[in-house]
Amino acid sequence: MGQKREIDDRFKKFGTVSFTSFSKVNDFVDYLEDGKIMTTRCKDCGLVFFPPRADCYQCLSSNMEWVEISGSGRLISYSKLEYAPVGFGHDLPYSIAVLDYGDFKVFGRIADNIPESDISVGMEFKTVVNHLPNGQLNYVFQKT
Amino acid sequence: MGKVAIIGVGQSAFVRGYPGSIRELAFEGFKEAMQDAKINTKDIDASIICSAPEYDKQRSPAGVFAEYLGLTPQPTFYVETLCSSSSTGLKLAYALVHSGLHDVVVVLGFQKMSEISSAESQERMGRGADIQWESPFGTMMPAYYAMYARAHMAKYGTTSDDLALIRVKAATYGRINEKAVYRKPVTFEMFSDPESPMSNPVSSPLRVGDCCANADGSSCVIIAGEEKAKAFCEKPVWIRGLGAASTAVNMSGRDLFTGLTVAEHASRQAYKMAGVTPKDIDVAEVHDCFTIAEMMAYENLGFAKPGEGKELIKSKETYKEGSIPVNIDGGLLSKGHPIGATGGSQIRTIVLQLRGEAGQMQVKDPEIGLVHNIGGVGLYGNVTILGR
Repeated sequence: MGQKREIDDRFKKFGTVSFTSFSKVNDFVDYLEDGKIMTTRCKDCGLVFFPPRADCYQCLSSNMEWVEISGSGRLISYSKLEYAPVGFGHDLPYSIAVLDYGDFKVFGRIADNIPESDISVGMEFKTVVNHLPNGQLNYVFQKT
Repeated sequence: MGKVAIIGVGQSAFVRGYPGSIRELAFEGFKEAMQDAKINTKDIDASIICSAPEYDKQRSPAGVFAEYLGLTPQPTFYVETLCSSSSTGLKLAYALVHSGLHDVVVVLGFQKMSEISSAESQERMGRGADIQWESPFGTMMPAYYAMYARAHMAKYGTTSDDLALIRVKAATYGRINEKAVYRKPVTFEMFSDPESPMSNPVSSPLRVGDCCANADGSSCVIIAGEEKAKAFCEKPVWIRGLGAASTAVNMSGRDLFTGLTVAEHASRQAYKMAGVTPKDIDVAEVHDCFTIAEMMAYENLGFAKPGEGKELIKSKETYKEGSIPVNIDGGLLSKGHPIGATGGSQIRTIVLQLRGEAGQMQVKDPEIGLVHNIGGVGLYGNVTILGR
């Protein structure tokens, strides 16, 4: 009796702790599972976004296509955290950072295997999928 | 429409663990402002209540406060832009008065941060950032500002020592501000002393000493149109310039990492409206939630060229006797930072300075003052220029 309601809450798999379950760009998480970092581009005006969006503020279109983030980005800045918010203590220490890919920028973490002494502003990094110990998924910046 | 003046200011002491409820905390700032303005609650036409809502169990505090402060049946409004909530409240209050809709409006900012733990607080503050795309990485305010510090260091050669000097200045004045939560001295040497908590890393390159103190507190600013202001008040302080701006919440959407674009935009608007330039500012309050934030404020407000903020602090030009005194009340670093109360407290400081009532903290004969109040990691920015 009764129909099983399909709940598409794939986004809750993103990050150590996700604060969002539902998003129109849930496919982002499926792409992560396939080892790809994807973002969206507006098919009507060509604007490329990061993070992915379902809607274009420039032309008000919701006609988006997925494009893969490839190549490398330049490190704009980073910081190594010695304290963490609730739910992230097991990850310490970790570094957050921003990469400049030219047409867009990507915010994320630097891979744990890179010591802080090896990191400097201006270095090139690539963005790769990362499987977290708690079964969650995110992406990290790895040396090129 | 005519001019708009500040006719009363007040604030509670900023403390750790306020032993009362939020309405009682609000009353402390309100009472001081009402006694300062020497008016009655029936003289007030409306109230604007300002805070970051996630710290309290009470939903929609505006109605609760209006009743407790004796401001019913007048209308009351609730305003939130994170740490800049009460300067946003001032801007909206100005609009209400300048439009002629109301004559006298109360802006009351408050925050009781101590009901939750420091880690919970960091988590909630982190959720003032982008919860869909950034918070899942484990973000917090010090880490974001630390990225700005790192970028500033990489581009301009700013050092951790330069930032420490800003904290030393803040503590100099926190010591003489009886409303400040942190009244102890901070020396430059503490930053390199492993025994001192000031030297503990928080999020590189920022250390404990680079971060402001959480606090509980309330602030209150009462404004009036020109006619009422002159009738009520011997020393009205006029609101001469107001600027406000926003930007991308996500770091990916930002173009500048060595300064805050909201402060650049807001200050440009405020200077234009007031018809003044950075050189005309005699005393300033800036949003030093972290030492790097004050350094960037020097530059974004035009007190120094980009990258040259460090020269201002090294030469002590931002001390009380310098060419542009900044945060001569201890700033957020030492006075404390009860989110929703901060903007109103900064405004109070500048009003007291312009009236010549700042006591030991008094700057010599200022005529024009500026308040720079930032919400989130440069997500919102308000710049307010006041004059005698």
